[in-house]
Amino acid sequence: MLGFLKQPWSWYVAGALIGLIVPALLILGNRHFGISSNLRHMCAACFPANIKFFQYDWKKEIWNLFFVGGILIGAIIATVFLSNPVSVQVNPTLMAELKSYGLTTYTKQLPPEIFSFESLFTLRGFILLAVGGFFVGFGTRYAGGCTSGHAIMGLSNLQVPSLIATISFMAGGFLMANFILPFIMRL
Amino acid sequence: MPDLNLIQSKKQLRQKSINTDFEVTSLDIKEENKATIVHLGSYIKYAIVGIVFGIVFVKAEIISWFRIQEMFRLQSFHMFGVIGTAVVVGIISVWLIKKFKVKTIKGEPITFQPKTFNKGQIIGGLIFGLGWAMTGACPGPLFAQIGTGAFVVAVVLSSAIAGTWVYGYYKERLPH
Repeated sequence: MLGFLKQPWSWYVAGALIGLIVPALLILGNRHFGISSNLRHMCAACFPANIKFFQYDWKKEIWNLFFVGGILIGAIIATVFLSNPVSVQVNPTLMAELKSYGLTTYTKQLPPEIFSFESLFTLRGFILLAVGGFFVGFGTRYAGGCTSGHAIMGLSNLQVPSLIATISFMAGGFLMANFILPFIMRL
Repeated sequence: MPDLNLIQSKKQLRQKSINTDFEVTSLDIKEENKATIVHLGSYIKYAIVGIVFGIVFVKAEIISWFRIQEMFRLQSFHMFGVIGTAVVVGIISVWLIKKFKVKTIKGEPITFQPKTFNKGQIIGGLIFGLGWAMTGACPGPLFAQIGTGAFVVAVVLSSAIAGTWVYGYYKERLPH
């Protein structure tokens, strides 16, 4: 059983479990799945700075901070107890492309050539991590949600604005991965 | 051109009053009957759901930078399968909840708010998409990536919080 759990889980098992988070949160307390709003709550709690957007009672949304706290703990559990010793399997075409950028390590789910503090202080690493992170925070709030709030919760409730947002997420990702990222990776 | 200024300020006023973020439920619904005292123990159940989600994130490689690159290059079905299955399960769940008027465990009604369209869903969505392909993470996986020991992602998360703050600062001046 444990050996089975240690293998990478298939898309349908993962997808079904993530989909079930929607009714789980609704039935536990009429809570709506949406993770990026936690970034707004953190701003409201720590640096509201008299900005109207952050003037609200963030404590009423504290369940969501518990939820992301759980995600952090879950990731620790998965890494410590359910870790898969085999290298991650990556599409050979992608591996060839990444090799041309000097990425050759496949021991973890994040390439250490990018995801390290040494890399953060290079131009390439700084753009990918610090600027990329800024885009994630700015973009999700501008769009009013992220993959969980729009693509999963919004689409589950058949909301057209969420469909528009989801298509925009995907369009931005396609644009970056195929046309912009190759330039950043060669920096 | 005083008229133009008037139109401009009216437009700004209208923009100020519109809601673009439907994820802060307590702002949308007045919960006067709910006790304002925070019982932290009652939130543990959400942490448990989060723990399950965190394990799924890591074990199904949803937090993998490589998987996100494959998705946006159409080199793997994996992420499309995950999101597609989640959406189908979510649609069926919400449909069942509405059809059978399922209540919460405390017997309260389950409510849904419609979202309205604004340009931010396209502009912000595109910006988030760029960041998603760069970092390999949407906001949920950011927390999970830190949990796997990639501590540099704390910097990515801090940048994302900064991005949210800057959006809040400039919100009224951005097209919506």
